[in-house]
Amino acid sequence: MYEKNGEKYFVVDSHMHYWNAAPDNWVPGAEQYAKGWIECFHAYQSLGPPATHWSIEHFQKYSEDDLMKDVFEDGHVDVAIFQPTDLKEWYKEGFNTTQRNAEMGRKHPGKFIYNTNFDPRDSDAGLDELKRNVAEYGSKGVKLYTAEWNNGSRGYKLSDPGAYRYLEAAQNLGIKNIHVHKGPTIWPLDKDAFDVSDVDHAATDFPELNFIIEHVGLPRIEDFCFMATQEPNVYAGLSVVIGGLMFARPKFFAKVMGELLFWVGEDKMTFGSDYGIWEPKWQVEGFVDWEMPDDPDLSDYPRLNTDGKKKILGLNAAKLYNIDVPAEYQLKDGGTPGAHEVLGGQDADDSHVAAGA
Amino acid sequence: MTAPATSRAHAPSPAGLRAALETVRDPELDEPITALGFVASATVSAAGDAQVRLRLPTYFCAPNFAYLMVADAYDAVIALPGVRRAEVVLDGHFASDAINGGVAAQAGFAKSFDGEAVGELHQLRADFLRKAIMAGTDQVCRPLVAAGTDPARLRTLTLGELPPSRPLARLRQRRAELGLPAGDDAVLLIDPATGGPVPADTVPLHLRKARITRVSLDANGSICRGMLQHRYETPAVSQEPEGEEEQ
Repeated sequence: MYEKNGEKYFVVDSHMHYWNAAPDNWVPGAEQYAKGWIECFHAYQSLGPPATHWSIEHFQKYSEDDLMKDVFEDGHVDVAIFQPTDLKEWYKEGFNTTQRNAEMGRKHPGKFIYNTNFDPRDSDAGLDELKRNVAEYGSKGVKLYTAEWNNGSRGYKLSDPGAYRYLEAAQNLGIKNIHVHKGPTIWPLDKDAFDVSDVDHAATDFPELNFIIEHVGLPRIEDFCFMATQEPNVYAGLSVVIGGLMFARPKFFAKVMGELLFWVGEDKMTFGSDYGIWEPKWQVEGFVDWEMPDDPDLSDYPRLNTDGKKKILGLNAAKLYNIDVPAEYQLKDGGTPGAHEVLGGQDADDSHVAAGA
Repeated sequence: MTAPATSRAHAPSPAGLRAALETVRDPELDEPITALGFVASATVSAAGDAQVRLRLPTYFCAPNFAYLMVADAYDAVIALPGVRRAEVVLDGHFASDAINGGVAAQAGFAKSFDGEAVGELHQLRADFLRKAIMAGTDQVCRPLVAAGTDPARLRTLTLGELPPSRPLARLRQRRAELGLPAGDDAVLLIDPATGGPVPADTVPLHLRKARITRVSLDANGSICRGMLQHRYETPAVSQEPEGEEEQ
């Protein structure tokens, strides 16, 4: 929890990791990918405040104690949701698997939620594993990395028939939340790898599932937003938006937040630190302090009040995952309504919209 | 007596080489690779052998865009008068070998990534030109709206009625590249997918879409710059997109 100016914030870190990307875990013959991957992540960390930068050695492999301190003791987080990424083509025991996360997390009851994952290219064996993982770890969500390499294939689409078969199975097993990460090396390479139209199809066809688009579809924020306005079950995962822009590029951060508040709305945005890329402490504190700057260029964007920040930092994710939130952290009297305007609807005040174009 | 053969043109100057590379854009960010800091070095010998090294913010930047930049850089440099040979090399990318080999052999994208790509990148490039046109529309329209131009008037404005500006020149160029109307009598607001006019009741939405497209491009560009700076420990590449300087 975090308290500032008498306001209490329940913090759900809906996107974080416990990985091992040190050389002892690199697959022989794939070292350049394993090394390139973690160095790429490390470059993202450089966009946070310098005092929070780690050495590459520490970044490759941090300890359980580091995580508990950074996320819970210092980082204000109440509940953290592990988002696994296997990447077993490059990392011998995987990059951060459901199993590795749970082995650690189980020593700290009540602190973690274990999402699992699947890869539709794994056919029947993958379905069996999904079933086992849900039974073993009680997973209510999955993290899908559509660009992951698998036996020579460099990615898949969520709208593939194989993916639908998995989504159906996941739904039957009680999975509610599908976290989707778009990435750069999808097959075939001549298509736009960040294209989110496959999520659009899946979200329409699986209305009972929630689709949380991690990193708001970066670098295709606009495509993500146009899609999200049409799909009531699509959410914006803010990892990278806060970590990558709030400190390094405050004006762009304000604009991206303004766009998300306008198109997606504060009821459908969820905080995620992306730890160990960035520590949650500075992100939570900075976000609570953040106000839309008083700048004519930003004047038509919705404002974000304390209730909105409470929703984004924890209450929205708590709803998605049925996390019990003590009364003192709940919004008073149900909270104030979000400032979200409805896209292209009669509710939108046209003159207001035009003024901001 | 026979006429002497036309004497060979002199090798281009370093500035000439640089100017050629300035015409090459990151198709996704719609900015010159020079402004983004992607040109690590560019030299040309007196004999006309040009060598260009490119670099990107990460090892895993999208290979299709990387290919386009390397191929476009090759085309821009080899077209310079006085250049007899051009070598363009992308450093530090997981697909460096496939891209460098493919561009050097003039193989085209599909052949360079044999079995992994089924077509060339024209469609992809066109998609990103449409995004550039939307972002450019915001750049041109914002000052007009700030000065009180209402949506109905915006809709009828033609390019020829607007005062000359760099954003306008750029918007015209992008539209022309895509084969869309770009002359003085063409209207400012068009649907970049069809080239047709924007229906009156959707002008505010069109402008909103233009705006978010620009915000998205600019935010991505800023992340790319930050990561390139970290990766190569280069001094800050200060050139942010026009009018978007950080405080």
